[in-house]
Order: sequence, then C-alpha cells, then structure tokens
Amino acid sequence: MQSIGDALGLAVALVLSGDPDLLEIVLLSLQVSLTATVLACMIGLPIGALVAIGRFRGRNAVLILMNALMGLPPVVVGLLVYLHLSRSGPLGFLGLLYTPTAMIIAQTILIAPIIAALSRQVLEDLHTEYADQFRSFCLTRLQTVQALLWDARYSLLTVGLAGFGRAVAEVGAVIIVGGNIDHLTRVMTTAIALETSKGELGLALALGMILLAIALGVNAAVQSVRMTAARQAYV
Amino acid sequence: MSSNRFAATAIAMILAGAASAQDTSIIVQSTTSTANSGLYDYLLPLFQAETGIQVNVVAVGTGQAIKNAENCDGDVLLVHAKASEEKFVADGFGTERIDLMYNDFVVVGPASDPAGVVGMTDVQAALTQIAEQGVMFASRGDDSGTHKKELSLWASTDVDPTASSGGWYRETGSGMGATLNAGIGMGAYVLTDRATWISFGNKQDYQISVQGDDDLFNQYGVIPVSPEKCPNVNIDAAQTLADWLVSAEGQEAIAAYTVADQQLFFPNAPTN
Repeated sequence: MQSIGDALGLAVALVLSGDPDLLEIVLLSLQVSLTATVLACMIGLPIGALVAIGRFRGRNAVLILMNALMGLPPVVVGLLVYLHLSRSGPLGFLGLLYTPTAMIIAQTILIAPIIAALSRQVLEDLHTEYADQFRSFCLTRLQTVQALLWDARYSLLTVGLAGFGRAVAEVGAVIIVGGNIDHLTRVMTTAIALETSKGELGLALALGMILLAIALGVNAAVQSVRMTAARQAYV
Repeated sequence: MSSNRFAATAIAMILAGAASAQDTSIIVQSTTSTANSGLYDYLLPLFQAETGIQVNVVAVGTGQAIKNAENCDGDVLLVHAKASEEKFVADGFGTERIDLMYNDFVVVGPASDPAGVVGMTDVQAALTQIAEQGVMFASRGDDSGTHKKELSLWASTDVDPTASSGGWYRETGSGMGATLNAGIGMGAYVLTDRATWISFGNKQDYQISVQGDDDLFNQYGVIPVSPEKCPNVNIDAAQTLADWLVSAEGQEAIAAYTVADQQLFFPNAPTN
C-alpha cells in the first residue's frame, strides 16, 4: 500500500528531476485548458451578459437550461465531439480527431455553459445595482454590456478560473477525443488515468499532486494580477 | 486590442495543435494490454528510426478499437479477438488479418485462495469451482478481447455467471488495469493476460492461481484498415508497419522485449 507521504516525495522528485516527458504533458495540459478557457469566455461572456440584461419571452427557460448545462458530463461531451470529428462523422474531413485541437473543442463546449451561467448571475446583480444610472445615461444595449463586463472584470476572472478548473481537471472528454496518445495528446489527467490502470498508484497520486500544484499556480497568478490592478486603481 | 490579441493567441494555439498532427504519422487502434505492458514504447522507436513513420497508439478495449477503426479513425488495427477480427476483414474494413504474436491468459487471485483453485490447469473446472463456492470474480464486462475470451470460457462450463451479476460475479465495465485494481480491492479472482499481469504495479498479495490450459491461448493479429472503406487511411504507411511487424526483424524485436526478465509476447507470424 502506497502512502500519501511516499507519493508526495515522488511528486517532488519528479518535479526536481526536470523530466522532459512530464514537462511536455504539463505544458499540453495548460495549452489545451487555457485555450479552451479563453474560447469559452469569448462565447460564454457575451451570452451571459445578453441574458443578464435582456427581458424576453422564455427567459426563465433559458436560465434553467444554462444552469443545467453546467452539469454536462464530460464523457457525453467527449462522445458528441468524437461522433462529429470521427472520420465517418460530419466534420471528419477536417482530420481533427486525436489532436490537441479536438481536446480544446471538447473542453470549450464543456465549460462555456459554466462561464455563461456564472457570468449571467454576476452581471445581473451588477445590472440591478446600476440600472438607474445606465438609464440616466441613455446607454445602448451594447454600451451597457461593455460597461458591465468592464466593471465586473475581477468577478469575471473568478468565473474564468472556475471554468479553467473544470477543464484542467476533467478526463472523460479528452481521453475520448484525444486518445491519450503519448507525445501528442497525453495530458495530466489522462496520464493519471493511465498510471492508475497500470497499477502504479503512487506515480498516479504524485501526478495528481503536480496537477493540483499547477492549478494553485494558475490561481495565484490570476490573484496577483487582480491585486496589482486593484492597487493601481486606488493610487 | 487586448481581446483581439487573446483571439489571435487562441487561434495560433489551435493551428499549432492541428499542425503537430500533420506529419507522416499513422494511428494504431490497439488494446490496453499491449500498450500498458510497454511493448510499443520499445518497438515503435525502432520502427520509426528505420522508416521515419511516426506511429500514434490509441489504447482501448478490443471492442472499442474495432468500432473506432470501423469509423475510419485508425490506419492499423492490432487487437486480440480472432473471430471479431475476421468479421472486421470479411465486412471489408480491413485488407487482411495476419497472426502477429501470442501469449496467454491467467487467472489471478488472493494468496489465501478462498476457492481452492491454485495449481489447477483446467480453467473451466477452476471457474466452475469459483462459481459454486460463490467466491467473487471480477469481469471486464466491456466487450474487450479479454472479456470475449472470458465469456467463451464460461460458455463451455455449466455456469451462467451473468445470472449472478452484482452478486459474486462483478462486471467492472473497465479496462484491464482498472479491473485488476477493483478485483484486488474486492478479493476477487480476475482473468488477465499475462503481459498486463507481469507489468502491473499494484499486485499486493495476489498471485497467478490458474495457468497452462490450452484454452487460455491469447493470439494477437494485425490488420491494415482498408482504403476502400476509409479513403483517408494512409495505407502505404499502414502496410509498411504491418509488414515490418511480421518481418524477421519485427518478430525478433517482439521476442526481445522483456519485463522483469520475462518475455511478454511470443512472435508467431507466418513465414513465407
């Protein structure tokens, strides 16, 4: 039985050894999940903002749908993307299956609803607060959306981090559309699944700890950006 | 501005990702048993050094590997379920099926041997005894080559294990390693291929309980995917890989691969 202490030691040793394979896997994880987060924000933030300020028929149904889609199972997303990108699928001619691009597409679909639903809540609260002010300025809808997104930017960073956290931690979608191919589509989570299936539980746990450290690093980086910006705002 | 730069970076990253898959590379749809044993990590660099062809392995269960290849998502199929492979070729998805190598299946169980089957060489008798005593047995339950083999072994006994599914017969629906992890956690007997077992890292107190029956023979075959069904396949590279694997050189390389001083796969391609 491997203990958590052993795994922690192994994790530290792995990082210190500067193993090029590990570095490759870490970088691919970051590349895929950060790209997916940026794309999901580009899709999810405008949708969240429009729903936040809009008053239209069926709005409640849209809200319920957006919130429900936050619970999209990664395996289902993986399967849907696989069926479309498969050579026998409608987008098979693109030759994207088993590439990092396919993984980015799957993770973008997975987290765009999270970004949309959470940003909708944040922006709607802010909009309620500023509604009178916006009315007095006679802002257009586009200007309102821009003002809201700018004012809520720090809260929206947290929304982005929630999406990134979901993307970098999921294994169900990327293992189907990426195939966990060594030196091509292997990321942290699929490597952990592989080592677990090989019975190398200590190594799997060590990789898990490194993944956790990466998530910590990304969150710390965003936090420091936020604090620096906040300090400048008060000067 | 900044959002444009974000978009540009994102698009550049996507293009970089797509470009890295555009080199002369082929995809082999294969099984977890061959990939997890490290065989490909040993063989493929030798092949690539000689031919310059990059081989990417997708390791899933045999059932899923065949389905993926039928969807044209692979150039070569390398699995271990002869009847399904012959059907794959008969249906026109593969150009030909060639015997490549073999090893054998074993039944592993706890050292305490609760069903008293250690040392038996008649696998059907051993399985019957496990069933009669109601000792737990963990099945892959995932339509993999190993699962098909296990079902065929049960079929030649008087026991219908699926009637006890959820009782002493546990279908994990997972890969070989995951099933071994689960089986070892439950104290269940498990049918596994020998290569996976030798290279498996979480054996705990488990040992090989039953081995040596001719019915436990495990044959692997290699099939290039047919360009008639799948115009996208790189048939030249696929054929080059198949030819190399069954050549004297490829067969020697397979024989030379060992883990813990044990040979995992025994080449048996027909010589012409």
